[in-house]
Amino acid sequence: MATAASNLAAESAKLTGTIAVAMSGGVDSSTVAAMLRDQGRIAGFDVIGLTLQLWDQNRLAGMPGTPAAPKAGRCCSLDDVYDARRVAETLDIPYYVVNQQERFEADVVRPFVDEYLAGRTPIPCSLCNNHLKFDQLLRTARQIGADRIATGHYAVNEYDPARSRWILKRPTDLAKDQTWFLFGLTQEQLAHTLFPLGHLNKPAVREIARESGLALADKPDSQEICFIPGGDYKQFIQNYLTEQGETLPDSAGQLVSTSGAPIGRHEGIHNFTIGQRKGLGVTSPNPLYVLNIDSASRNVTVGPESELNRPSFTCHRPNWISIPALTGRLRVQARIRHSQSPAPAWIEPTTAPDGSEGVLVTFDEPQRAVTPGHSAVFYQQEEVVGGAWIV
Amino acid sequence: MRRVYMDANATTPLLPEVMEAMRPYWMEHFGNASSIHQQGQRARTAVDHARETLAEFFGCHANEVVFNSGGTEGDNTALFGLLHPGDHLITTSIEHSAVLAAADRLAQDGITTTKVDPLPNGLIDPMDILRAIRPETRLISVMLANNETGVVQPVEEIGKIAAQTGVFYHIDAVQGAGKIPIDVKRIGCHLLSISGHKMHAPKGIGAMYLRKGTPLDPLMVGGSHERRRRAGTEAVPSIVALGKAAELAMHSLETGAMYRLTQLRDKLENGILAAIPGTGVNGEGAPRAANTSNIWFDNLDSEALVIALDLKGLSVSGGSACHSGATEPSHVLLAMGLDRNRAKASLRFSLLKTATEADIDYALETVIAAVDRLRDLAPESNQALAGTAS
Repeated sequence: MATAASNLAAESAKLTGTIAVAMSGGVDSSTVAAMLRDQGRIAGFDVIGLTLQLWDQNRLAGMPGTPAAPKAGRCCSLDDVYDARRVAETLDIPYYVVNQQERFEADVVRPFVDEYLAGRTPIPCSLCNNHLKFDQLLRTARQIGADRIATGHYAVNEYDPARSRWILKRPTDLAKDQTWFLFGLTQEQLAHTLFPLGHLNKPAVREIARESGLALADKPDSQEICFIPGGDYKQFIQNYLTEQGETLPDSAGQLVSTSGAPIGRHEGIHNFTIGQRKGLGVTSPNPLYVLNIDSASRNVTVGPESELNRPSFTCHRPNWISIPALTGRLRVQARIRHSQSPAPAWIEPTTAPDGSEGVLVTFDEPQRAVTPGHSAVFYQQEEVVGGAWIV
Repeated sequence: MRRVYMDANATTPLLPEVMEAMRPYWMEHFGNASSIHQQGQRARTAVDHARETLAEFFGCHANEVVFNSGGTEGDNTALFGLLHPGDHLITTSIEHSAVLAAADRLAQDGITTTKVDPLPNGLIDPMDILRAIRPETRLISVMLANNETGVVQPVEEIGKIAAQTGVFYHIDAVQGAGKIPIDVKRIGCHLLSISGHKMHAPKGIGAMYLRKGTPLDPLMVGGSHERRRRAGTEAVPSIVALGKAAELAMHSLETGAMYRLTQLRDKLENGILAAIPGTGVNGEGAPRAANTSNIWFDNLDSEALVIALDLKGLSVSGGSACHSGATEPSHVLLAMGLDRNRAKASLRFSLLKTATEADIDYALETVIAAVDRLRDLAPESNQALAGTAS
């Protein structure tokens, strides 16, 4: 921890002007605000707090499966704005709430719903990072006179003069590693972003929060999708479409075996995700898993766990961080979900089915549940090479 | 850092004379104005004196002045106190939410409301009020000056319509008070509400003109305070302060303070319009309160501009503040027909009557620099994105 603090001190010695901390009302970003406030007093930079107001928890309140009064402790709730404001008051830094609800709905919520309806499994946090946190928030921060933003993500961001590139790395606390959600960051965004928690582990962060007198040092971590309190995404999709005056498209179809034989009916492809075992509505002597979702035929293929493994897959819309572009075969560790450990693989340029720039990923050992809509992120040791969206 | 406050329509500081006037009533003359003893008499005298000052301020008799907690209570009292199931209310789509939300609640009791839209310059056409009159219309409620644009409504013309049609008439004068001379006889209203903190008195005090004989059900019941029109122990220090503030406001109005303020406001406004392309005045061409200027900016996010200016020491406001601290496009500007992007990119400058030439120079310099920076950093796609949002 002493090393981490001195690293930050060394780094902050170069910082000037104003740093805007993206404050969610949670422990991590609050601690970042506290650390930078203290560093800034020595190094002579100013710190302000910004919170993005992304979603109105009252919007779907009272609809089926949604409490009449919004639940506390979610990153879009007024309670979290209150918590963030209290932290800013404790730290005596200027604090502002920026309303980005329209943008969040257009860039995160609507695509989230549409992806599920198309039989894919979206990652709203990555969309939010790409479109809101490191795009809109960074722009707003710079517009109001800040030079950089700082967030409570667990990741390391360093400039490498040899390669003339900003490099994103996995954090010290690998259990909290959030680089999988950050693969979309551009060089420009990385150049204006600080991740002060990259060299700290979570207990140390809570300790700093306590030492800084922050009342929320013991606030639980948030886990679920911030605009779906309770986590029932199917109910959310139904309620959201109802609110929009739309009806859930009929995507009912067949459950089929790997040989294509029908073995039952399902009520809509949005109810499934690759690797899902529960709620299939069919019984079988051996457990069945969702292997494939075909939005055109509405067939959902199910089969044994062994068939979930895939040796290779294609992804598109890549973003490269440690390299300027992918020009040939490259040896990497590939990670296809947040909870998965990176697995050895080769990546090489290809053309995606839609004709766009694609990446062919070939694992050494087949990997379980390659999920369209998710992202694949490529690592070399601790560095993030880049990432792309699984087709 | 220098701080310049240009958000007087949100609230105002106490003037030193007001602070001095109320000071003895916290500890020394702390009595309850309803008590028989000496302390009580002292408090009663102070309240009576303030009531006479307010009567002069309104142009009415002292027993037609009711003290209350502020503008929201006055607006709520007028609507909840006069309207009954089956009645019809005429108001405007640019009223403060203290009127609009009260009308929404009354809708649940079978009281219908017509909300008259303004002309593009923010003025309500009295003929639109006349056209909205029905046999069951019981109340017209209109604001004297709009809080966001400062546009001053033709309240006397509307008063004639109310008189000719036999309809009760309430004026929300929260933003007009202290900036425009008030004469309830000329306006022809039955009720008129003001708020202390918009005119250099404390927050939490207000007053209402209530024409003698108006059959109003009180909002608060209890003791016989305020001639049974508003129960609750009189907030003596705040009432004294409001009296002093009203006295000072009348003096300012008589000695040309608004003329001076208009000059300063126009200098600010013209300076911005001349230096920054893609700007315009909301409410241009309409009569406006001397202190208010509401300006739209093309290709800009007013939320970021408000923050940028705050960090440079200039306090202004964008759309109406909501309780979370985030902002929504102004319902007033949308009602005037401004497109959603300009409504979201509008800034309200509202000067204190103590504003100086140096304040205006600082504001001009700060605004011009901040808008430059914001526009430099605006994405190309902002235009396209903005286009889809409207």
